[in-house]
Amino acid sequence: MLAGAPAAPIAQGGPVIPHFERASDCIRENGQFCFGWFVDNFDRVFVPRLVEHIWLTLLAVGIGFVIAFTAALLAYTLDWFETPFVILAAFLYTIPSLAFFQLLVPITGLTVTSAEIALVSYTLLILFRNTLTGLREVPEDAQLAARAMGLTKGQILRRVELPLALPAIMAGIRIATVTTISLATVAAFIGVGGLGQPIFNAIQSGFKTQFIAAGILAVALALVADALLVALQRLLAPWLRARRA
Amino acid sequence: MNSSDSAHPTGPSASPDGPAAAVLAFHEATKIYPGRRTPAVSNLSLEVPAGEICVLIGPSGSGKTTAMQMVNRLITMTSGDVTIDERSITDLDETELRRGIGYVFQQIGLFPHMTTEDNIGTVPRLLGWSKERIRARAKELLELVGLDPDDDLRRYPAEFSGGQRQRIGVARAMAADQPLMLMDEPFGAVDPIARDRLQDDFLRLHHEVPKTVVFVTHDIDEAIKMGHRIAILRDGELVQYDTPDNILAEPANDFVADFVGADRGLKRLNVWRLGDLELGPAPDEPDGPTATAHTSLRDALSVMLVEGKDRLVVVDEDGRPTGTVALDSITRLIGPDEKAAAR
Repeated sequence: MLAGAPAAPIAQGGPVIPHFERASDCIRENGQFCFGWFVDNFDRVFVPRLVEHIWLTLLAVGIGFVIAFTAALLAYTLDWFETPFVILAAFLYTIPSLAFFQLLVPITGLTVTSAEIALVSYTLLILFRNTLTGLREVPEDAQLAARAMGLTKGQILRRVELPLALPAIMAGIRIATVTTISLATVAAFIGVGGLGQPIFNAIQSGFKTQFIAAGILAVALALVADALLVALQRLLAPWLRARRA
Repeated sequence: MNSSDSAHPTGPSASPDGPAAAVLAFHEATKIYPGRRTPAVSNLSLEVPAGEICVLIGPSGSGKTTAMQMVNRLITMTSGDVTIDERSITDLDETELRRGIGYVFQQIGLFPHMTTEDNIGTVPRLLGWSKERIRARAKELLELVGLDPDDDLRRYPAEFSGGQRQRIGVARAMAADQPLMLMDEPFGAVDPIARDRLQDDFLRLHHEVPKTVVFVTHDIDEAIKMGHRIAILRDGELVQYDTPDNILAEPANDFVADFVGADRGLKRLNVWRLGDLELGPAPDEPDGPTATAHTSLRDALSVMLVEGKDRLVVVDEDGRPTGTVALDSITRLIGPDEKAAAR
């Protein structure tokens, strides 16, 4: 990893690694991971980036879900709508992330908007597919029972189809969230912060601890987010754990 | 006949203003599916009196399920009419019509994400019942169908066996005290022992809470057991509509005779109980084989054959003789001069 990179900070605009005067041996030797430095600088270097990262992710998955969910409902009633939307979402999905961010800069600038357009685009395919599949896999017998009992179309959707599609929808949200957390690190390329920023900085400076710490935080964030979503699903879908005694 | 004339008692929670059972009538009801030349159901006319179970039976493709689903408009009639208490189903709003008709089918269709209480409460909730009223009704119905009114209320469908689920399905179809129930091969997916119990329990339930029931099956034994009347369909046409006994005694044609089977005489013995016969004088002490008045003639005949006797003593619940029945009175019933022996 960056074996040839200089050990001293060379980045413009002042030293990336401050407080060299009281640096530990680990820092001076640029060790793989200096735990002491990580703890000392967690609040200053990482917390703001972590908050930005969470915000970027929430916004992307939230907006992506609203778009994909609406499109899936539309495709569920209008069959012709599925193919064009899938083609669009799949096309967006194939654009390399770095190129996507760069492409948007001339249009929307070095802004969160640019980052979100790309991040939202990447969530659409999985969220759309999973929601639509979830709706289509609602057992026919449950639908027939609902119709025969005199539920209206809207009532069937709200009371039967959507709750039963929930596991598939949640599975989509979990994948989209983990993917977005990973992709959002690349968004630092256009200067919108997030955990990608300490990684980019460390690539330039060669400071291994910062590089590894930011990477570990991104992974930890993905794991925590996934665990929270699993907990949410258990809360929303208690019937999934019901089994014959 | 008006449903309010019905002699049957109303259910425990029967709404005081609503009818407990409805008269259902088909008037030349016809269904032709688009692109088909022959109708799936052709000019079907029959009336089901309030509180009776009418079994629709026939080979696959005979139109029995189509005929049933025309009643709650899951299938739209091409021509003709269906009336419930002399009111055409086409005059009613579709959802309103369906909320007034219980529907049970083989796959049950319980909502997997709802507890028993919420499943049973589906239609009452649509009708705007209060939570307390729905809970009380769900408990009452669970007890009626033989499940635990407290424990089972909060369970999910996945926690029950197939037979138990079907009981919940029946309870759900009765939740709003609907005067009419449609049952499409309701017990077809459970094992024979459970099916037998479900049939017995449903008949007991129907005796307590008599609804008008349309019951579709392809099993002639089930039809004979469950039906007050049986409608035999073939290629969308009604071939015979009569009581099980009359159909077994006098099949309208070879098709019906074939359909009910060569053992229709023995099947007919299942319809009759010893208590239905005119019994001979009771002996002071039961000598030889005995049976109660509830015993079917088929079982009684079997006992006589096994014991090698041509006479059986009929006893009451305490074992006291109430009469005798002779082998030839049974054979006379199903023999050529059956009409003379009929009740």
